Amino acid sequence: MNGFLVTHAPALLIMLPLIGAFAAPFIGKVSPKVRSAWVILIMTLTTLTALLLASDVFMYGTRIYVFGAAAPDLAVPLDSGGIPIRIIFTVDAMSALMQVIGAVCGFAVLLYSLSADRIHSGLESFYTLFLLMIAGIMGMVSTGDLFNFFVFLEILSIASAGLIAYRIDGGLAVEAALKYFVLSTIGAMVILIAIGIYYGEYNALNIALIASRMQFTLLDQIALVLIITALAMKCGSVPMHFWTPDAYSMAPSSVTAMLVVASQASLYGLFRVVFTLYNVTLNAMTVGWIIIILGVLSMVVGVTMAIPQKNVKRLMAYHAISQTGYMLLGVGVGLAVLGNQPLMDSFGYIAMEGGIFHIINHAMYKGLLFLTAGAIFFRIGTYNLNKMGGLGHSMKYTMIFFIIGALAIAGIPPFNGFASKLMIYESVFAFNPVLAIIAMVVSILTLASFVKVFHSIFMGPKLPGYETVQEAPVPMLIGMGVLATIVIAFGLFPQAVVDGLIAPAAHALADQSGYIAAVLGGA
Amino acid sequence: MFWNLPFIAVVALSLIGLATVVTKKNLIKIFLGINIFEAAVNLFLISLGYRDGGIAPIFTSAPSTEMVMATPQALTLTSIVIGVATSALLLSFAVIIWKKYGTIDTDQIRRLRE
Repeated sequence: MNGFLVTHAPALLIMLPLIGAFAAPFIGKVSPKVRSAWVILIMTLTTLTALLLASDVFMYGTRIYVFGAAAPDLAVPLDSGGIPIRIIFTVDAMSALMQVIGAVCGFAVLLYSLSADRIHSGLESFYTLFLLMIAGIMGMVSTGDLFNFFVFLEILSIASAGLIAYRIDGGLAVEAALKYFVLSTIGAMVILIAIGIYYGEYNALNIALIASRMQFTLLDQIALVLIITALAMKCGSVPMHFWTPDAYSMAPSSVTAMLVVASQASLYGLFRVVFTLYNVTLNAMTVGWIIIILGVLSMVVGVTMAIPQKNVKRLMAYHAISQTGYMLLGVGVGLAVLGNQPLMDSFGYIAMEGGIFHIINHAMYKGLLFLTAGAIFFRIGTYNLNKMGGLGHSMKYTMIFFIIGALAIAGIPPFNGFASKLMIYESVFAFNPVLAIIAMVVSILTLASFVKVFHSIFMGPKLPGYETVQEAPVPMLIGMGVLATIVIAFGLFPQAVVDGLIAPAAHALADQSGYIAAVLGGA
Repeated sequence: MFWNLPFIAVVALSLIGLATVVTKKNLIKIFLGINIFEAAVNLFLISLGYRDGGIAPIFTSAPSTEMVMATPQALTLTSIVIGVATSALLLSFAVIIWKKYGTIDTDQIRRLRE
């Protein structure tokens, strides 16, 4: 039974949220309580499936799932002449890690959302779109087929755009969603052109097969540029970041936390293309430096734009851009020395591990911070920092969760942000000291900015008008508590997490031949 | 040269589409630009599916077993369906913007900045 579940887990991860999504409106007809129970059930099952699959992948290596084949692991049909023609899901350690991030964050955010979004109307479509986002994220990170990647990217974009516009808010939310959606549609089309180029050259859509035939001709270079541009835009890296603050600040907070995970999924796509599809065939130094420069720009521009913001969610959104820069920096350094085994061993892998560790940490603490912002909005109805103050008296738990998130994002021990940032500093210093110094300065600015925010929200005397403010409802606190627990646990035992989860993921990402062998056999 | 015509059309259409998105101020025209760009991508995919001398992959009436892979056609179909969903969502955004702002001119849709 267990074996059967694990074998079909990659398909279940897409199937469960999809069934849940489209059944939710009908089940909601019975009563809103039943609908809440239903979405919780679906999300619990999805999370359990993701954890089960991840434990198997981390123990026994890459799993593949071939849709419509005689056997789920029969990637290459016997009569096809060695070409995998079916849609394949390839779940290696990196994909499994991303699935766990998506599922755990989704679960915590859902718990929060059931209580936070209760005040809105039209909730049946809200949870349909929410579960579609989960399905899109799961699909993007597990697929081994480029066109399939595009399809899930579009599912994710459409669901996200719907959710960003959800509160309408006198048209403001729709304006933000419009900006996001126009950009992501054009981005997706650009990705589709790149996919078409690969198909025209290699007659294949399967990532492993294209990787094994990769020539790095001029056309491949064009395709690489197109894909990097589009995915860097989707993950909110500078200079294509302008949709991020609008979309993040106008979406309901629960959705913003999921948008963070969604942008990590795009980041995963970027890394997958660079490392698995191209790997050493590309000019690792040049492309690595491009990604490093994108990362440094994102870090610096993000944090400097964040400091003057008045809207707490806009401020956090700029910090999200800045933190994405750390991931790009870490993994970019890993890419720059790819193929040079001694350098790779001395700091390349650590840089990649730091970058990937930062992805999971960022999803947790940034999600937590957006949820606390949402809890504050839930009680006082504004995001404007100038109108807040003295909330520490009445919202003690929210304040504690905010402190945990703020210290984690600033990289203060013993929280998880410190663990990953330290890995990035160390390895990047070995690669180029200037980059490490920039990264540290950005961290200090982040801390300064959050100290200011903390002071203006929670400190001071109770403001008139807020005397009756209460603590956030318990389900919201539980949702935040789940994320806060992970933040602290990862901060206290970073070595265990790095050895158990992050290092296998980093090695799986760098190991192109292993990925190809898992799909095509041999090696 | 002649066989490259579809690809020249692809480049021309995508430039027209992108130029429309960048230069036009009317939301509906911007959406039309996106649609033209989508059409360019679809044309690109379908042109890739052409193989000189190949025959359609219909088993019952095929003179030989040398048939063209139907993948690009399948891709194009999927992409068209996604394009319809995209256009529908974009147009519904335009409807709400029109109701709330009373304009679909992008110069006027700037309340987020304030």
